[in-house]
Amino acid sequence: MNLYAVRAIYSFEMARTFRTMLQSIASPVISTALYFVVFGSAIGSRMTMIDGVPYGVFIVPGLIMLTVMMQSVANASFGIYFPKFLGTIYEPLSAPISPWEIVIGYVGAATTKSIMIGLIILAVSFLFVPVTIAHPVLMLCFLMLTAISFSLLGFILGIWARSFEQLNLVPMLILTPLVFLGGSFYSIDMLPPVWQTVTLFNPAVYLISGFRWAFFDTADVSIAVSLLAIGVFSAICFAVISWMFATGYRLKN
Amino acid sequence: MPPIIDVQHLIKSYAGGGRALDDVSVEIESGEILALLGPNGAGKTTLISIICGLTRITEGTVSVGGFDVVKDYRKTRALIGLVPQELMLEPFETVFETVSLSRGLFGCKPNKSYIESVLSQLSLLDKKDAQMKELSGGMKRRVLIAKALSHEPKILFLDEPTAGVDVELRRDMWNVVTELKQRGVTIVLTTHYIEEAEEIADRVAVINGGKILLIEEKDKLMKRLGTKQLRIELQAPITTLPDSLSDVDVQRADDGMSLIYHYDVKAERTGITSLLSTLASEGIVLRDLQTYQSSLEDIFVGLVTEENK
Ligand SMILES: Nc1ncnc2c1ncn2[C@@H]1O[C@H](COP(=O)(O)OP(=O)(O)OP(=O)(O)O)[C@@H](O)[C@H]1O
Ligand SMILES: [Mg+2]
Repeated sequence: MNLYAVRAIYSFEMARTFRTMLQSIASPVISTALYFVVFGSAIGSRMTMIDGVPYGVFIVPGLIMLTVMMQSVANASFGIYFPKFLGTIYEPLSAPISPWEIVIGYVGAATTKSIMIGLIILAVSFLFVPVTIAHPVLMLCFLMLTAISFSLLGFILGIWARSFEQLNLVPMLILTPLVFLGGSFYSIDMLPPVWQTVTLFNPAVYLISGFRWAFFDTADVSIAVSLLAIGVFSAICFAVISWMFATGYRLKN
Repeated sequence: MPPIIDVQHLIKSYAGGGRALDDVSVEIESGEILALLGPNGAGKTTLISIICGLTRITEGTVSVGGFDVVKDYRKTRALIGLVPQELMLEPFETVFETVSLSRGLFGCKPNKSYIESVLSQLSLLDKKDAQMKELSGGMKRRVLIAKALSHEPKILFLDEPTAGVDVELRRDMWNVVTELKQRGVTIVLTTHYIEEAEEIADRVAVINGGKILLIEEKDKLMKRLGTKQLRIELQAPITTLPDSLSDVDVQRADDGMSLIYHYDVKAERTGITSLLSTLASEGIVLRDLQTYQSSLEDIFVGLVTEENK
């Protein structure tokens, strides 16, 4: 394992993150604050408790997940697409490193960034509502697993994309609906039965449900199923990336 | 010593394209400077990309330092530094960060003083903290060279290093190349310009249409280049050469209507005067004289046009 190379990629990407930290943090923090004002206070005050949790508190895990998923995909896809676009990707591709070391470097940096943002949003939510965390360690695990698996998805997207339009289109057309319909703002059993069934095909549901369980000890689907869903999702991403590297897909002629 | 780079029967076909490399075999000796000379689209970049692992092999084998570039890519790539043809750099990164990244990618421990010494050798030290977007084209070219040298490679590829480069940078670059050669680094450079190959290379390979047309010591090529031909057209044909010319390098041509004399332009005496006076004393009447120099350019153009027929 070429540890110096992984470290070099990781710290180079993190340096980029820190240089643009203000803008990368400002926008998720502001939008989260807005969600709290609109959903938490304005609408939430008219809502009943969900599973014994006030609505303002109920949306905290969902909001964090929403942001972490979107950020992971955005960071990881940009992280690999940008060097591809500039042509600087020639260097990692001609360096004595394995494809998976490249993945660890880039995906690791993207994951770190989105976890940091997730934690900042959690900290911000403490300012608005009295949040309690039933299983703090498992909460962190879920956060990490989600960040990693969605960063892998972003990495795939970044290698696949041939233009900035494509890079933006996929998150907008596919990811946003999945994530919004994943139960960030509601419990699945608030939906009509048909939609409850449809929802079960949405991977975001399992992640958000599991994450919420770590906070409130109640969940839409069982925690084991949630973990299984993350596992399957990650495995698919790994398989796709392996295939991409094996065939040189959009990287090597 | 076995060649440091050994390319055997290499074929490359791009998807949807013809053959960019067509059965190329080259052996590059350790410590030499090889110039790959060829027109646009000849396959120079493709050959380099394959050796560096950027492009996949269609058929054939490539080994570097005795290791296969596909199976043992970690060993082969660690030996190589590549300066690509295009200026590809991250616009917002600083010179120092960019060069440090390269060193890390190639598995070397961070070493600030080494990187600074490379930067100073390339007159970049004062630009150490400048962002790429603030640099001129020539400076970017230097950064690419610094990146390639950041991990102390044994082999350096320079893909058209002098494109868009001024006289001063070219001189700097040749100084760096000479110094690397003294340290035993093998250097492969591509160029469109014959003078450049002449200036710096030990051997020259001419490539066109994906085929190596010639690979030869530069000095031998230069010898061919150094000889000139004198063509003497005669008033009347001669059947045999007079005995007085028996130890002179002169041949009959055109059924005796002309004589061809080879001489070395760099020699102290070309022997032209004595040849002409011998001819006069033998009573041979001249009609016309022509001299002709076969330059590397001619050899090159000859090879390339022959190939294109
Ligand atoms: N990615 C690619 N896809 C398809 N064809 C390619 C690709 N890259 C190069 N080629 C083709 O392969 C041939 C050789 O190209 P190559 O870049 O190796 O030439 P070169 O000798 O480096 O030329 P130049 O002096 O212009 O840099 C050309 O015909 C080119 O069109
Ligand atoms: Mg080229």
